[in-house]
Amino acid sequence: MQRRNVSLVLAGAAALGLLATNAAQAQDSITVVSWGGAYSESQRKAYHEPYMAETGVKIIEEEYTGDIAKMRAMVESGNVTWDVIDVDASTALAGCDQGFLEEIDYDRVGQPKDKFVVGGALDCGVATIVYATVYGYDAGNLPAEWNGQVPTTVADFFDLEKFPGKRGLYKKPFINLEWALIADGVSRDDVYDVLRTEEGLDRAFAKLDTIKSSVVWWEAGAQAPELLGNGEVVMTQAWNGRLYNAVKNEGKQFVIVWDNEAVDFDYWAIMKGTPKLDAAYAFLAYASAPENMARQSQFIAYGPSHADAIPHIPQDVLKDLPTAPENMTTAFTVDASFWGDNSEALGERFNAWLAQ
Amino acid sequence: MANVAVAAPAIMVDGVPLKLKLQRAERVRKLKAIGLVAPLFLFILVSFAIPIGVMLFNSIYDPDLGRLMPRTAAALSEWDGSAVPDEPVFEALALDLRDAQKAKQAALIGRRLNYEVAGARSKLIASAKNAAKMESGPYKEAVIEADPMWGEIGTWNLLKRSTRKYTPFFFLSSLDFRYDANNAIETVPEGEAVYRDVFVRTLLVSTTVTLLTLVLGFPLAYLLAILPARTANMLLILVLMSFWTSLLVRTTAWFVLLQTNGPINDFLFYTGIVGERIQLIFTRFGTITAMTHIQLPFTLLPIYSVMKGISPSHVRAARSLGAGPFYAFWRVYFPQTMPGIAAGCLLTFILCLGYYITPSLVGGPTDQLISTYVALFVSAQANWGMGSALGTILLVATLILFFVYNRLVGVERMRLN
Repeated sequence: MQRRNVSLVLAGAAALGLLATNAAQAQDSITVVSWGGAYSESQRKAYHEPYMAETGVKIIEEEYTGDIAKMRAMVESGNVTWDVIDVDASTALAGCDQGFLEEIDYDRVGQPKDKFVVGGALDCGVATIVYATVYGYDAGNLPAEWNGQVPTTVADFFDLEKFPGKRGLYKKPFINLEWALIADGVSRDDVYDVLRTEEGLDRAFAKLDTIKSSVVWWEAGAQAPELLGNGEVVMTQAWNGRLYNAVKNEGKQFVIVWDNEAVDFDYWAIMKGTPKLDAAYAFLAYASAPENMARQSQFIAYGPSHADAIPHIPQDVLKDLPTAPENMTTAFTVDASFWGDNSEALGERFNAWLAQ
Repeated sequence: MANVAVAAPAIMVDGVPLKLKLQRAERVRKLKAIGLVAPLFLFILVSFAIPIGVMLFNSIYDPDLGRLMPRTAAALSEWDGSAVPDEPVFEALALDLRDAQKAKQAALIGRRLNYEVAGARSKLIASAKNAAKMESGPYKEAVIEADPMWGEIGTWNLLKRSTRKYTPFFFLSSLDFRYDANNAIETVPEGEAVYRDVFVRTLLVSTTVTLLTLVLGFPLAYLLAILPARTANMLLILVLMSFWTSLLVRTTAWFVLLQTNGPINDFLFYTGIVGERIQLIFTRFGTITAMTHIQLPFTLLPIYSVMKGISPSHVRAARSLGAGPFYAFWRVYFPQTMPGIAAGCLLTFILCLGYYITPSLVGGPTDQLISTYVALFVSAQANWGMGSALGTILLVATLILFFVYNRLVGVERMRLN
């Protein structure tokens, strides 16, 4: 009996202690949500680790795959446990429209809006990187059926006769619809005008139909190099940094095809109603400072969104970025307003199409 | 007749009537019983009954438009649906849209309309932005001019339907039905229908897996039951080892095994059984193989424990009476294993209906079961209505199957040992 009481008291004390440390953590920790894999790792090395060392604020990392349902549910239920979140452009716009992202006060970020790339300083998102959706193949494991030829254009990606084999594609409509139209002969400057019409959408889906049976769909960015590396696909769409890191860190012989690279930005955003607004802004200010931002390119081949960060980047890193002139010859910029308006509706149509 | 006197209430030594004492004792016993049952009862209530209730409710609950467009909802209640409504309704619409735009809620209205009319979302957002700029009426012409969608009767039928608090829409949509412009229910055209196929697929995959586990599990269970204890226990440990390993781990193991350059393909290729590597992963074959492996112990263990309880003397008696080995097995032994088969198969079948992670990792886009769509709606699209309706249909289908099963096999015959 006596002993039981003692252990009860101890357990109670431990529980109280836990509560106390939780309360203390709440003051000096923030939760930063990002896309996982090589990308999260680059953020950890470039921002999180030095930030934690400098300020003592603990950064708790979480991963997601870009779905906005969880954010909306958090804000609607008033139980916001994420603070800073790395979002794509359509989420940054939709989050503003639907009120689940905080409007950014650029004075508190400490950087003037005009220092960011065009389209980089949104109302609810501060651009952090410039990345590109590209596709790649494994030069170390070329299929015999290709007869020594290698794909060089987006049209080749859709050409099952010339380049047979499975292809990896992102399990979302983004870029897939654009590339389908480009492969079907639409000029990259007109892609979004065509996509805004019902016939254009039908045309894009019809083109995707032609390769549908040969597509392996990936959901998280890290899966793309994985599928290519283990030979499950002969070519795959991917975010350029993911392919680059597999080459650099794992010795893979992946070749990036830069044709019609889809240039896009990722943004830092703040969850509406976070109890740690000040801490979130402090992190945003740190991560948006040019000298800090320049560090990230050393860990993944994404470009900085801040004009002043570019001079800090070494020459040998610059050539692998999506913004290098030789990579940009056929590039197009992803139309954020198109996807902000249509990502949900097209996502539904895309999923219905997938299920058939 | 009256010679049995009505007995006076028995009074105990302490002056309390016996009846009262018995009642008290009974009450204490009841309280104890309730006390013992209460934790489980509360747990089931909180973790099972309430969530299921909320799900059933959410599958018909559709409050967004009623809340965001109160004026339009009120104005439309009088409307008979025969022609495009008049100015007062348009005024209500314009005012509602203006308020929604200010409160940053217009996208929510668009989202709801987009469930039924593709492309309505962006049109509504544009209309709301437009409405916010309008100072005064008349609204009707201006609104229709900005977007001809508002001059169509279908749009207004949709608005009238979706401003009601409760809707059958999610159920209709889950069964590939929809409303046409005149509010009549029609089947979704061939190219857009999804869910009927998925429900049929879910039942088909679950049935196949259940049968396969039975075909594989029954002989093994029989072997385990007749082998000497030492050997049987060794084999049983092997079965249990896989049973104890997490579902995710076993699925990932199959992911590795089934790859185009994985061990199974390597074996088939290098031994010359196949000329070129075959697609195993992201196929129906892969899904069923992995699910069968994962479910095998669930079918096997109940059969095994029932078999352990069957006395060997029954078969011996049959043999001594002249039955051949197969006849004795089939007519004497097998019928006694039925309760175990019934329990194992039901367990596997019902678990299969809810499979999510295995089809999504080793299956292709056309091998996904209904849970994938529930997850898609709940976690990716925040569409609780569709998620709940699909879940409810699955629940009802499961209950109906259970009922049929009960009629055919009899739940009371089901035994786990």
